[in-house]
Amino acid sequence: MAHEIEPISDPGIPPHVHRKADEDPVAAKRAERQVAILFSLSTLGTLLFIFSYVAIPDDVFIFLPIMGNTNAHQLFLGLGLAFSLFFIGIGAIHWAKTLMPDNEVTVQRHEFRSTEEDRKEFVKTAKEGAAAAGLGRRSLIKRSLGLSLGLVGLSPLILLRDLGPLPGDSLTKTSWKAGTRLVTDPGDRPIKPEDLEVGAVAQVLPELAPGKDHHKLSDIAKDAVLLIRLRPEEFNLDAERLSWTHEGIIAFSKICSHMGCAVALYEQQTKHLLCPCHQSTFDVTRAAKVLFGPAARPLPQLALALDAEGYLIAKQPFSEPVGPSFWERSS
Amino acid sequence: MTARERIAGNVANYVDERTGAAAWMKKNLNKVFPDHWSFLLGEIALYSFIILLLSGTFLTFWFDPSQREVIYDGEYQPLAGLEMSAAYASTLDISFEVRGGLLMRQIHHWAALFFMVAIVVHLMRVYFTGAFRKPREFNWIIGVGLLTLGIVEGFLGYSLPDDLLSGTGIRIAEAIIQAIPVVGSYLAFFAFGGAFPGEAFIPRIFIVHVLILPAIFLALITVHLMLVWYQKHTQYPGPGRTEKNVVGYPLMPVYMAKAGGFFFVVFGVTTFIAAVASINPIWLYGPYTPGQISAGSQPDWYMGWLDGLVRMAPPLESYLFGYTISWNILIPGLIIPGLMFTGLALYPFIESWITGDKREHHLLDRPRNAPNRTAIGAMALTFTLVALINGGNDIIAQQFDLSINQIMWFSRIGIIVLPPIAFVITKRICISLQRSDRELVLHGKETGRLVRLPHGEFVEIHEELSPEKKWLLTSHEQNGPLELPEIDKAGVRRPSAIRNKLRSRMSQANAEVAPKVTTKDLNEIENH
Repeated sequence: MAHEIEPISDPGIPPHVHRKADEDPVAAKRAERQVAILFSLSTLGTLLFIFSYVAIPDDVFIFLPIMGNTNAHQLFLGLGLAFSLFFIGIGAIHWAKTLMPDNEVTVQRHEFRSTEEDRKEFVKTAKEGAAAAGLGRRSLIKRSLGLSLGLVGLSPLILLRDLGPLPGDSLTKTSWKAGTRLVTDPGDRPIKPEDLEVGAVAQVLPELAPGKDHHKLSDIAKDAVLLIRLRPEEFNLDAERLSWTHEGIIAFSKICSHMGCAVALYEQQTKHLLCPCHQSTFDVTRAAKVLFGPAARPLPQLALALDAEGYLIAKQPFSEPVGPSFWERSS
Repeated sequence: MTARERIAGNVANYVDERTGAAAWMKKNLNKVFPDHWSFLLGEIALYSFIILLLSGTFLTFWFDPSQREVIYDGEYQPLAGLEMSAAYASTLDISFEVRGGLLMRQIHHWAALFFMVAIVVHLMRVYFTGAFRKPREFNWIIGVGLLTLGIVEGFLGYSLPDDLLSGTGIRIAEAIIQAIPVVGSYLAFFAFGGAFPGEAFIPRIFIVHVLILPAIFLALITVHLMLVWYQKHTQYPGPGRTEKNVVGYPLMPVYMAKAGGFFFVVFGVTTFIAAVASINPIWLYGPYTPGQISAGSQPDWYMGWLDGLVRMAPPLESYLFGYTISWNILIPGLIIPGLMFTGLALYPFIESWITGDKREHHLLDRPRNAPNRTAIGAMALTFTLVALINGGNDIIAQQFDLSINQIMWFSRIGIIVLPPIAFVITKRICISLQRSDRELVLHGKETGRLVRLPHGEFVEIHEELSPEKKWLLTSHEQNGPLELPEIDKAGVRRPSAIRNKLRSRMSQANAEVAPKVTTKDLNEIENH
């Protein structure tokens, strides 16, 4: 066990070896000069820093190997500051290593445990204090205090209630309604089927309500839709979903059903949509069925139709909530 | 007495008469610190934190933490006239119009990365040398707290500029909050002040990033350092080093000069890297809008493992009574990280329960002499590393022309299979190293010199080790396993039989070592 005599005994701290500068005054003088030079290099660094700040305009670029075109102002400002700091550090360390005493010192540790006497004394004092306050005896005070302290802790939580509104139907509803025109993003132009060639992809948003000139980001976060045109025979959809397409144009929510990133990578050859965040892969020809990755649900599909003027419109709102899952989501 | 001495004396007298500081200073200026390069890792973390405070304060003078929409009319022409948040616009202004602003942004970001690297490597040093053992368990827990807060603080920091990349990160964070059963969507609406992204989140995380978390950091770091000071630093085993002493250099002047100098070195190196290496060029990403994204979206490295776990999660969701539980988010995003950090925080207590060791430890273990602990560490690192690799699966697939699906399957299988393999291999390596230590002590070092003996035999000369080296290789403890009875004296199974059995088994695994040199071994060699 641990207390068995060690086969080899502790030889103790090895004898101290003197450095050159400890014995040779010339070496010591040389070390002193080295430290001074290092500190002076720091001064030069600060001068470079001031010079760069004042004299190098911030639109000058210089070419450096590996780094390419580099902003000279930022570069020399940074190098000046770096040198001014670095050489103070190196100088101080060199000073400590060559000239300051390097004798190792041994001190004793003490056990952290208090003495028995102190511990007894402490317990006694604590008990006396508690007894003097009468906490043990006066249970009415103890209980009412416990209750009031517990309740007072509630107030900050109550105050936080107005951090935000309740979700309401915000997570389940989007701006898409039956008859909403699809408009380009950016540009807000309505789209006709002939604007999209076979193989093309477009990001669209719902047409702005009259009087608004601007899509709110929190609306885009639910409304963004990806429009993809295939040859109609390439679809592998049931009758209902097929009726939601128009002349090979199919529309999906662009907001990933996993964690809400924009599903922006479309592979034209395989007709796969890929989310760049977590690589969930959806098959466009099969109503965005999940082929790979962590997403558990297909991207919601938007039913398309044409209005009287021949522009693409939503036939009906999304039939399910878009974006990532949440507790109240029903499927 | 010179004039200067007189002035210094007067000041010291003034302070001491009001505080009695001299007695404390006298004792503590001679505080002894052991010297080893691995003790600098925690210092790097501390200094990076100071650099973060300094550079971060500079940035707040210009940063406008607001999601109010503005039209950009600054110097960077490619984004001229674009709608963006004031946060993003002011970050562009810091980068292009404030002299030294880009440098400070880059110092701040690089320092944050180094801060996290230093914390993690420091944690590994503390773990693998057993520095967390009694009496340092509190400090271990504070350290795990600092690591956790560091990850959060870093994430909030790089989310502030509200660029396309960081906004995508916030979107993912929102999805994780929203996935919490029962209260998720409420919590998300409270955090974001309404529907994502809203206009409240950046101002809110700004105050958390610059005030609340730094204040907690300062408090925890202070306690962390005070405990190191009060409990005295651990030291590596070696000649003259015991559990009862501490061998090193006094604070004044050597340690002050070295540690103070090292602060400037860390600051200088960070600044140099910030000057020559671009980081987070937010002007290339563009302002955040939920409908767009850039390919190859990556978090900072200390979040990468979490993203990797989320990426490899199987597509599991449950739909019960009209409610949804997103296992594909909850398991990798909350449950596994929760288990990992809880396990990390509790490790000192688990180990001491297994070994039954309740003594104070001030001498560090060489990792090979604690094979089980080292192997558990290797197992945990392997797990995290596979997750981290999967967090970069898109970049890896692109750079090395691999299939992203294959990398994902490698990670899904690897994260289960590789950690146990790492455990076994590491444990075997540790025990082999112990055996080689034993050989060295018994037979000395191979010199590579072959000598022909008079009768024709060739032998290699072995050089005997120095007494210091021998001491180092033999002074560690080898305690046997705990043997806890499952059946009491009367032959009845104890109520705690199962727990005792488990504990004995783990203790046995923990005590598996190559026996170190004994006096008997040495005597045999001598009589040989």
